[in-house]
Amino acid sequence: MSSVFIWTVAVILGLGVLSAVLLYLLASKFKVEEDPRIDEIEKVMPGANCGGCGFAGCRAFAQACVTAGNLDGNFCPVGGNDTMAKVAAVLGIEAKVKAPQVAVVRCNGTCEARPKVNRYDGMASCRVQAMLYKGETGCPWGCLGCGDCVNACSFGAIQMNPATGLPEVDESKCTGCGACAKACPKGIIELRNKGPRGMRVYVDCVNKDKGGVARKACANACIGCSKCAKVCPHDAITVESNLAYIDYAKCKLCKKCVAECPTGAIHAVNFPVLPKKKEEE
Amino acid sequence: MRKLTFKMGGIHPADKKISSNSKIEILPLPEKVYVSMAQHLGAPATPVVAVGDTVKVGDVIAEPSGFVSAYVHSPVSGVVKAIAPRADIAGNLVPHIEIEVSGDEWREDIDLSTTLITDIPENPADIINKVKLAGVVGLGGATFPTHIKLSPPPGKKAECIILNGAECEPYLTSDNRIMIERSSEIIIGAALLSHAMGDCPVVIAIEENKNEAIMTMSSKLSSLQHTTSVCGKLSIKVLQKKYPQGGEKQLIDAVMGRQVPSGKIPIDVGAVVQNVGTALAVYEAVQKNRPLITNVMTVTGDCQLVQHNYQFRIGTPLSFIAEQAGGVPASAAKIISGGPMMGKAISNMEATTVKGTSSLLYLTEEQTKRRPGSACIRCGRCAGACPMGLEPYLLFKLAKVSDMEALESNAVQDCIECGCCLYSCPASVPLLDMIRPAKADVLRIIKTRK
Repeated sequence: MSSVFIWTVAVILGLGVLSAVLLYLLASKFKVEEDPRIDEIEKVMPGANCGGCGFAGCRAFAQACVTAGNLDGNFCPVGGNDTMAKVAAVLGIEAKVKAPQVAVVRCNGTCEARPKVNRYDGMASCRVQAMLYKGETGCPWGCLGCGDCVNACSFGAIQMNPATGLPEVDESKCTGCGACAKACPKGIIELRNKGPRGMRVYVDCVNKDKGGVARKACANACIGCSKCAKVCPHDAITVESNLAYIDYAKCKLCKKCVAECPTGAIHAVNFPVLPKKKEEE
Repeated sequence: MRKLTFKMGGIHPADKKISSNSKIEILPLPEKVYVSMAQHLGAPATPVVAVGDTVKVGDVIAEPSGFVSAYVHSPVSGVVKAIAPRADIAGNLVPHIEIEVSGDEWREDIDLSTTLITDIPENPADIINKVKLAGVVGLGGATFPTHIKLSPPPGKKAECIILNGAECEPYLTSDNRIMIERSSEIIIGAALLSHAMGDCPVVIAIEENKNEAIMTMSSKLSSLQHTTSVCGKLSIKVLQKKYPQGGEKQLIDAVMGRQVPSGKIPIDVGAVVQNVGTALAVYEAVQKNRPLITNVMTVTGDCQLVQHNYQFRIGTPLSFIAEQAGGVPASAAKIISGGPMMGKAISNMEATTVKGTSSLLYLTEEQTKRRPGSACIRCGRCAGACPMGLEPYLLFKLAKVSDMEALESNAVQDCIECGCCLYSCPASVPLLDMIRPAKADVLRIIKTRK
């Protein structure tokens, strides 16, 4: 009886040793040489795998950085400048500092300002709705309100406000990865520089219809009157096809345009309650 | 007679042809018409009139602005009041020409008599040119300019023209009515189409549920057979009742037993499909000099059993038509232009009729309510129902994760958006809703690759 036991153990043990040797040989023969820096970079990445950098995930981004040997065009919006400094340290090069960005929803067509003229009862997805028609309100440019941006956000930074029917960005959570901007079929969400202490001025509308048409559809619409462009001392505002746009690189946050706008389409956010004179960027 | 049908997939919704016995009524003229510049597939037409111009019925008011584009004619006589963007049924702003109606004065060379002209022009090029100048487009739904379809690319020859009288969408009866009331004109129109394409045979395909139309067309065809040699090439075939029989590729399969390969068009297998309404428009254009400014539409629905077939002028506001038909019923929750399967919900009743408008369909809350979708139970009914042989459940999954390569290799671009998958799904998964945008994305990718 004991011989059967010994044989069993011996055969199993022998097989195990044989497989181990075989596996070791094969592993050393087919070993994939990989730059150790890829692992190092991956360690300093946020690990969200959100795709905000344009690559499939953090490891793909690390690989791209190592292959390129520089950081031109590669930027992790989630980790921001701190992460990029670490990545640059691994690669032994200098990091370029980029201003932090935040997602800005450029539609202020609240339920009161933009009354509904029909009812959508299809699948609750902006992408599907945009395929079918121009939306429940008279404004063919504005937010559809199905929340594709909310679903696209990996950080829980964007939520629909049921009172206004519009998405709202939580600045403390937003990493500026741009997933929501890509998900929005209307192109309402834009990545803008966060500005000093979060202060920024922007046009809260994307309606390119003529003033009268835009105003009829929504009380808060930009009517393209160009008053803001005239009053702007820094040449930061351009009006193209009935829509004003503020260039955040040129804007000096003087807020003259905010006071001038007849429809209140220009918004200034995060300014102190008692505004000081001119904030220099 | 053996009843034909296509082999793959298809569904059998209740046909609900409640207005099939209502005679075509001529709709009175509205005070103003708004003629859309984008009422055909392809580039919108360019207006050639100015504000303040006086136009007669049939005057050219817009010219084609590209290869795939069509002429637009004034549907009324009156004064051009404005050329401005206006929302269509989906809310898209499209340039419209606004004409204030005064009287009903027609262009002098248009023959308004009802005498049947059976003599067919000798030269096929004359027919095609007249069709082009009359702005005739396919009236089966796609509104593709007919003159392009009649001039196949060199090296390709039509072996058979199929005249589509299937009208497989539930509720719609306008094709049925014109086949009953204008059968002789349709037959001459078919002969004209045949002559334009080198005297190829024409098969008029009608679904079995339109008995009166089949009878009338058959008797008229036999009485007209002797008039011209071309009419001898016409025949009528009866099809089974099955949706989407009126789809171009399904009809070719049903009538000729040929399958159009993926990425190819019907002419590649020697087939040309034209709607019966188009044949009528071709007859009017060639024999009577009358451009395409009217069409027949159905106004129907289960609410209060509205049932009308109207001949309307293009550019008539939908709200005016609804008013003429006795107002929008209170129980109507959704108004659809086109059939219940493929039609579009109307978001704006101030939109106007276009060349391809085929119906105003009132659906009740009960009919339009969508059951909440649950998870796919992998029963495979959608794959069984798909007339294109696709796997909608798979395309749905791929569309959800935007896997464009896999979507393309699974032929999402072949989807005809008939809705059979959605109709047959026991779990109410929004299959087509997700597939439609994915198809658009894939088509865009294919286009940029060229």
